[in-house]
Amino acid sequence: MAATQATQAFDASAANQASAANQASAADQANTEKTSNTTSKQATGKQAVKQQEKSPVLLLASSPHFHDKSDTSKIMLDVIIALVPVIIAATVLYGWRVLLNVVISAATCVAAEYVSRKVMKREMTISDLSAVVTGIILALNVPAEFPIWQLMLGGVGAIVIAKQIFGGLGQNFVNPAMIARLMLVVSFAKSFVVSNPLIGAGAASTAAGVDAASGATPMAILANGAGQLEGIPSLWDMFIGTHGTMAVGETCALAILIGFVYMWVRGVIKPHIPVAYVGTVAVLSLLFSGFDFTFMLYQILGGGLLFGAVFMATDYATSPLTNKGKIIFGIGLGLITCVIRFWGSLPEGVSYSIVIMNILTVHIDNWTRSPIFGQAKKQKKNQNEPKEVEA
Amino acid sequence: MSVSLRRGTIMPVQKNHGGVHAEHRKNTSELRDVVLPTPARVSIPMKMHLGAPCEPVVSVGDTVEVGQLIGDSKAAISAPIHASISGTVKKINQVPNPADGTFMTTIEIESDGEMRKWSGLKVPEINSREDFLAAVRNSGLVGLGGAGFPTHFKLNVKPGQVDTLVVNGAECEPYITSDDIVMRYYTDQIFTGIVSVMKWIEIPNCVIVVEDNKPEAIDALVAYIEGDSRLSGIKVMVVPAEYPKGAEKVLIQNATGRVVPVGKLPADVGCIVMNVTTLTVLGIYLKEGRPLTNKIATVDGGAIREPKNVKIPIGTSLKDIVDFCGGFKQEPTLLLMGGPMMGTPLSSLDFAFLKQNNAILALVEDDYILKPEIACIRCGRCIDVCPMLLSPTEMKSSIAAGNAEKTRDLGVNTCIECGCCAFACPSHIQLVQYFREGKKMVRALEVK
Repeated sequence: MAATQATQAFDASAANQASAANQASAADQANTEKTSNTTSKQATGKQAVKQQEKSPVLLLASSPHFHDKSDTSKIMLDVIIALVPVIIAATVLYGWRVLLNVVISAATCVAAEYVSRKVMKREMTISDLSAVVTGIILALNVPAEFPIWQLMLGGVGAIVIAKQIFGGLGQNFVNPAMIARLMLVVSFAKSFVVSNPLIGAGAASTAAGVDAASGATPMAILANGAGQLEGIPSLWDMFIGTHGTMAVGETCALAILIGFVYMWVRGVIKPHIPVAYVGTVAVLSLLFSGFDFTFMLYQILGGGLLFGAVFMATDYATSPLTNKGKIIFGIGLGLITCVIRFWGSLPEGVSYSIVIMNILTVHIDNWTRSPIFGQAKKQKKNQNEPKEVEA
Repeated sequence: MSVSLRRGTIMPVQKNHGGVHAEHRKNTSELRDVVLPTPARVSIPMKMHLGAPCEPVVSVGDTVEVGQLIGDSKAAISAPIHASISGTVKKINQVPNPADGTFMTTIEIESDGEMRKWSGLKVPEINSREDFLAAVRNSGLVGLGGAGFPTHFKLNVKPGQVDTLVVNGAECEPYITSDDIVMRYYTDQIFTGIVSVMKWIEIPNCVIVVEDNKPEAIDALVAYIEGDSRLSGIKVMVVPAEYPKGAEKVLIQNATGRVVPVGKLPADVGCIVMNVTTLTVLGIYLKEGRPLTNKIATVDGGAIREPKNVKIPIGTSLKDIVDFCGGFKQEPTLLLMGGPMMGTPLSSLDFAFLKQNNAILALVEDDYILKPEIACIRCGRCIDVCPMLLSPTEMKSSIAAGNAEKTRDLGVNTCIECGCCAFACPSHIQLVQYFREGKKMVRALEVK
């Protein structure tokens, strides 16, 4: 009797030991029950190995054992695919230099991520492709002729300062590409002054003798206010991108919208943030201009609004989790953007609005967390619903 | 589907939050249950239910027969245990519980191969609510959907408190088809159970919830109801096949639109939820006097040579069951008791088949996806799929940070561990395991 009990107990501890080993291999967290660890120590390693050889090695991971096919690197790949139309449009409009910028920026970001993970002695994360996304977005945020070394500096800043020192993927509280852009704008303002914005258009604008042609981007013209839109490109030019902008990625609204629809259809982003953001800007522009629809459309198509709304404001790590929070986030972005555009001393406010709302994200999450199933608030709402089951 | 047009019996569907679309893999839904040949021995644990474990009422050397009481407890929350084969008690010892690693007193019975029925078995005579509850207790019934809550205790509600019996035929776990089989071929026993519960517990309404991937079961239930005018109060609700439609609170919301408040029981919103298999066993006990001694379970998975639905005596070794299904065609890498979404992984086949088991799955690497966990990207998919409207990503962060108060306030105890969040997580984070830890943290906080 006693012998049997001992055997049974041993069987259990050997099983538990196998469990502990398997759990570790399954990259499970340090959640192995303490009890099982203590028991397993009682069985000698030799016996345990013998036990394992006898029975097949079975995985003891936590439920659920099923998983859908989603994967973080696939999500990032979808974002990259969504950025392809924008890259193509920018390359067509501004030349091969754009492509070079994209490749260099992405490579810099990946390298910066690699080095910082090595230095911090953390597991390698470059395969999640998030650094590639940051790099591409950064390259699309600068002019085509932007000095390469400055761009690389920006990439390092984005990854090291904005992302990795806060813990890496998902831990940064401000969009890395946006921080890098602001860093570059502040440090190298001159590099952002576009002297020859478009292929082919360059000659024309020089011929017209427009000094610093470029300086007068649509946003600068718009800053004069509604009804004073002399020299601004046509709305069609604004839509398909045949006009000069500071950052190459902001030019072609059509390409950005294609990217938006792709990410929406693929379930990578929800439309809440871009729609709330652009919608708020539209409404405020109408109110500000006394219902001048042309002015409103220029506000939407001009500057970095669409690119920022689709590719930068929707960054998971720095935007709210719930749908309600996303809408509040979008409205806040629209408000700040308009305040800067209409009353601020800068012609454009997308970057600052995104950074400010990024910082508020944690609070928006706290305000908008949905009541738990069956919590008091929910209960009130349900009292209105039919209580009786139909007979 | 023809039945969906019969509005009289089929109810419109309510909506619930969250849920995921897991592959169904109901490979065995056309395989009617086959009886497992009498095993040479069975090991029957004294704890196959929530609540107090039973004490053996037999001793080593005793001769027992099928249906004879072998374990019982005086505690209110407990369920008696009966011999599942006839033979001799060989051992009474301690064996580990695969679910939590604790030890359970277990009675090992060696078969005499005769499966003699115990002479003490008789059809219960029921004249009152008390008689009925006593009969349910004597049947040894526990919630057979997997929770194992003693049925007699669940049914012991205040008279008039409950107005709806919600019958769970959703069977939303992948692979498992045992409830489907029960609904198709044991329809009569299910309704015997339903009618008796409605009669003696005085419940006026009944809704049977079935997922739309079981048309034959729906047809069988609807045909049975429409064939008997006395059953006109019973409705069938066909819900979309989406996990976790069979979770108790989700089921009640679907069937009645009611939301069970945090920390309350279904009875508090006038509902009792019972699984179809539980009702079948009840029906069999009321008609034939045979308590819960065997049960149908699905044996499936990529490693099983001949997947089957098998009627298995309680306490049979899993090895005997797998051998009956042709053994392994290749070595499994994951062995589960229960379904892939909520089932318990096993370290070997040396465990006994329990009352609340409804499947034994032997999976190979192609059957599941297990990837190393990487950082949360805050995509929010876990929030979208949580049927309890929790915020899994934030709970995980607060558990990882060791913040017990915040974990409690985020509602970790409301988590039903359905696994939707971890299923949908693109970073493959083992969220359910975090929440088990979180619940422990909150418990420790409350003890303080």
